[in-house]
Amino acid sequence: MTGIGRRAVLAGLAATSFARPSLAQGARGRVVVIGGGFGGTTAARALQRAGIGVTLVEPAETYLACPFSNEVIAGMRPLSAQAFGYDGVRASGVTIARTRAEAVDGAARQVRLADGQVLDYDRLILSPGIALRFDALPGYDAAAAQAMPHAWKAGAQTELLARQLAAMPEGGTVVMSVPGNPYRCPPGPYERASLIAWFLKTRKPRAKLIVLDAKDTFSKQRLFESAWRALYPDILEYVPLAAGGQVTSVDPGQMSVATDFSTYKADVACIIPPQRAAPIATAAGVTDRSGWCPIDPVTFESRLVPRIHVIGDAAIAGAMPKSAFAANAQAKVCADAVADLLAGRTPVAPKLVNTCYSLVAPGYGISVAGVYHPDKGVLADVEGAGGTSPLDAPDDVRKQEAVYAEDWYRTITAAVFG
Amino acid sequence: MRRLALLLLLATPAAAAPPPGATTCSGCHGAPGGAVPSLAGHSAEDIAAAMAAFRTGARPATVMNRIAKGFSDEESRAIAAWIAQGGGQ
Repeated sequence: MTGIGRRAVLAGLAATSFARPSLAQGARGRVVVIGGGFGGTTAARALQRAGIGVTLVEPAETYLACPFSNEVIAGMRPLSAQAFGYDGVRASGVTIARTRAEAVDGAARQVRLADGQVLDYDRLILSPGIALRFDALPGYDAAAAQAMPHAWKAGAQTELLARQLAAMPEGGTVVMSVPGNPYRCPPGPYERASLIAWFLKTRKPRAKLIVLDAKDTFSKQRLFESAWRALYPDILEYVPLAAGGQVTSVDPGQMSVATDFSTYKADVACIIPPQRAAPIATAAGVTDRSGWCPIDPVTFESRLVPRIHVIGDAAIAGAMPKSAFAANAQAKVCADAVADLLAGRTPVAPKLVNTCYSLVAPGYGISVAGVYHPDKGVLADVEGAGGTSPLDAPDDVRKQEAVYAEDWYRTITAAVFG
Repeated sequence: MRRLALLLLLATPAAAAPPPGATTCSGCHGAPGGAVPSLAGHSAEDIAAAMAAFRTGARPATVMNRIAKGFSDEESRAIAAWIAQGGGQ
């Protein structure tokens, strides 16, 4: 085939694929998606590909991704490597309302935006992410976060913690506080602890890191603890709940972190507070008393308000963790379900996968994977599948998983924002 | 002509709805050239055979062995057929 002929064929095909949406033939309806992160952006693009009119509501011009932001904190990569614009999303045909969603009227099926616009919907997909609870830990509010960063949303907080670590005196003490479940990115605090320990080991070897945890068990625990013993035995001290690890209050003026048993003086303190679904979820009436959103495991439709679907970190997704990978997988399933519902078809029970990589040092990656399906009304683990990297894996497997982690990030950010 | 047929196959939108689990693959498997192998251009037979080999452990893996165990042979074949027909692209 000649170059010209081939281009013509490809151009023809591209035109065909836009003109004949496969997913939602006959579907009618208007979908609004709130939240331009890994979940919402994926859902909006999937619906657009299916030929369904969709508006994505997102006030930010640039999205700052959380996966790999622990590397920014440890000085291993710039924050700019976490930044993604929405030009590619717009170019794909998705309409973006660059403003905040202020209210949702589930009965009238309307979203009111901060700029006064009102959007009607047949189906609403909420992918709003988390809110940090500044009412849950005595002493820790928005002002305290300027002295003791949470860095649990990528951006200024991430850079603040990175700067504090870089400026910390030799022989200083870093204190981290980790909340109880559930929260965004279950293995994230332990990856952060690992990479801060690596930073201290390589830059400030007399410094210490104390990790205070409100629980006794955590994601990839044996892998993390084995790596910590091997790599950071004199630097990282882990204090679980059973040993008095639960932080009961903080004092940003004194730079102190208190448990029931002792008070830790910190040169740098990273306080990851308890979390809940972002406020728009509560405004829409889809959060329960836990602060998170119960959903149907087949369609991700809210258990509380019909025609509103919730995906990503805000949703109670059973055994699925609150991760970017999970949000992306849920978005694709939810978009298919919404397309089916708009076309009068019954969505089939889905299967979903999650894979989360963590780095414990440069070139040392570990992973946890899971396969999920609806079972007894919740998303449950498929028995016999999933699990973590082997405890006894050789170095080249750890290196390979670190490479796969980077590759996953490139692939998913290209698919979502590219 | 074979190349044209392949191009057509890859670029034509999937007519059928994705079978359970199928849309999740693109979370890791993207365009060719990355460390994670691309699924583009593989036949349904190849993809289903790889899933079966991951499931039994015959083919070494980091995560695919853990993921493949969550899918029956029948489910894997359905996913493989959908991907080979250009689903999700």
